[in-house]
Amino acid sequence: MNEPVPLPQDDLAEGESRWARAFAAGAGTPKRVANRSGIEIRPLYTPRDGNGSRYAEALGFPGAYPYTRGIYASMHRGRSWTQRQLVGLGAPEDYNARLKDLLAHGATALSLIPCNSVFRGYDADEVDAELLGTCGTVVNTVEDMERALEGVPLERISCAMNDPSPFTLLAMLLAVARRRGVPWPRLTGTSNQSDCISHFVANHMFFRIALAGARRIVVDHIAFANRELPGWNPLSVVGQHMQQAGATPAEAMAFTLCSALQYAEDCIAHGMDPDVFLPRFTFFFDISISFFEEVAKFRAGRRIWARLARGRLGARDPRSWRFKFHAQTSGVDLTRQQPLNNIARVTAQAIAGIFGGLQSLHTDAYDEVLSTPTHEAARIAVATQNVLREEAHLVDVIDPLGGSYYVEALTDEMESRIMALIERVDAAGGMYAAVEQGLVQHMIGASARAFQDAVESGRQTVVGVNAYRVDEDPAAYRPLEYPDRRRIAAQLARLAEFKARRSQASVANALGELARAAQGRDDLFAAVVAAVEAGATHGEVCAVLRRELGFGQPLTTL
Amino acid sequence: MSDRPPKVIVTKIGLDGHDRGSRVVAAYLRDSGMEVVYTPPWQQVATVVKLAIEEDADVIGISSLATDHLLVPKLMAALRDAGASDVQVVVGGIVPPADETRLLDAGVARVFHPGSSLQEIAEAVRALAGRALALREGAAS
Repeated sequence: MNEPVPLPQDDLAEGESRWARAFAAGAGTPKRVANRSGIEIRPLYTPRDGNGSRYAEALGFPGAYPYTRGIYASMHRGRSWTQRQLVGLGAPEDYNARLKDLLAHGATALSLIPCNSVFRGYDADEVDAELLGTCGTVVNTVEDMERALEGVPLERISCAMNDPSPFTLLAMLLAVARRRGVPWPRLTGTSNQSDCISHFVANHMFFRIALAGARRIVVDHIAFANRELPGWNPLSVVGQHMQQAGATPAEAMAFTLCSALQYAEDCIAHGMDPDVFLPRFTFFFDISISFFEEVAKFRAGRRIWARLARGRLGARDPRSWRFKFHAQTSGVDLTRQQPLNNIARVTAQAIAGIFGGLQSLHTDAYDEVLSTPTHEAARIAVATQNVLREEAHLVDVIDPLGGSYYVEALTDEMESRIMALIERVDAAGGMYAAVEQGLVQHMIGASARAFQDAVESGRQTVVGVNAYRVDEDPAAYRPLEYPDRRRIAAQLARLAEFKARRSQASVANALGELARAAQGRDDLFAAVVAAVEAGATHGEVCAVLRRELGFGQPLTTL
Repeated sequence: MSDRPPKVIVTKIGLDGHDRGSRVVAAYLRDSGMEVVYTPPWQQVATVVKLAIEEDADVIGISSLATDHLLVPKLMAALRDAGASDVQVVVGGIVPPADETRLLDAGVARVFHPGSSLQEIAEAVRALAGRALALREGAAS
């Protein structure tokens, strides 16, 4: 018998230099690769890079501090993430029909996207009719909300309201619950657009009052939920808008954590106990196609938040340290060219989010870069989640990339980048101050431009756009039809009829109370709820607040 | 023949405020030597027309993500009514194919879709500014 040829007996460092020489001999000096956050990526990672020797301190077990590996002990092995698709178009009854269809097909949560006119703080009769209901549902009154939720068991369905300050949609939901005899404590859900800072920084889609007033309403809204709505998450801190506007993954995570710190510090200053409000803070992020970077972003974010909540905010209850998040696959990565390719992109993004340990997921429809998504494309987006979970078995093991030399090293590096950015915002005086100075907006703008330059120079491939192009006929795509204009006309007539029929004295009185609350220090959100219950419309509530608290302009400089 | 740089208004009309596209394009046009008047989102059609006349703009660039392009035919009519048909209008963003036809029929010079390069946009805007100038000189002579 021959003795096997002896193998080199390197230690790790020697082995690595031997490998590096072999790499160079075969492929030359490695081409410089950096991720979107600017972290240089080497071709190989080894145990010399990982944080395995600090397992307890850096990683720990799922469901235990610092939660790097997940916020729950059982994670997706115990319970799937929530499949929460955004829905909203047309008149309230259009929304109701689509919602019932989704509920019949297994959805357990609803998400209401109002029309842009609602986002911007107007009633349907205050805007160009062409724009009504084209990418969200027109909901202006408590009766509209009643029709939108007709036949929906409010006490059993988690209701996410895409409801920016002053949270009139939630006020309408509360009024509907009261009319139906559903006690408020039985309502569950989230105020999805409560993060007014994100609206100032990016995605200026929402009704805005000047920052000081917006800041006050958010805190009043959180306090109200603490008192009256134990099943409601009043705050969703949003990194998604910033990343969609161009922030790198590290910037988006850092700025989001800065906003969360700012809200928490405001709540503490308002006399609230962090262990009462922090367990109901949630987060909402974008998932780009930069796969490992996104996984590392989420793992690093969980670890940083646990440390900040425990250390800086002084929370003692472990539930306060958990970084619960919803994520949405990135629309910016999708292409109009060869749109079916977007299904592959959404799949890769969704896997990154699942491996990143999300609690709730929205997968984009492949055609959202062409129009408001069609029904077929929306169904494929939901099916993508089902395939990943139940056919690909992505949920069998918790944090399956944990322990990868690369992913652990990248998690550490993302953490350092994020912490450096948080320090920069702290030095500017906190997130409100940084936003008022335009600091955050300009950093995001520079990153957006840098990414576009990378695409145009070809450094970043985008299939079908700057590589692998094919001739195609865009007219072959059949977009979703715009809502039936007769429905919109009927909705306008109903609004006029509602305004004529209600008790004008009660409305005037409630709007007067709202104005007084705005001028003084009373709970603004309680005044909004009272006004809506008295019959005030969304647009009327917003008009009072705009008048009393001032309007919030976005940055006018480039 | 004027040798001033092309003057471009980059704006958003209607209700949506997603401004990544308008900001990136405006900054690029400015950096490539054009005079850019940038506005925040949510402008009224009448405001944009007034601005175009006051600024003597050659081109108006409308960015649209969430169906605000449906208002562009109103903008075209308002420009005509104000005697400013020489101003060239381009639209960039999410515009479904059938809507693109309607916009072009209404007099829009060009629609840019996602994936358009900044350079391509800048070249087109420069050429359209030349057309606006020629139209004005034609009207003057």
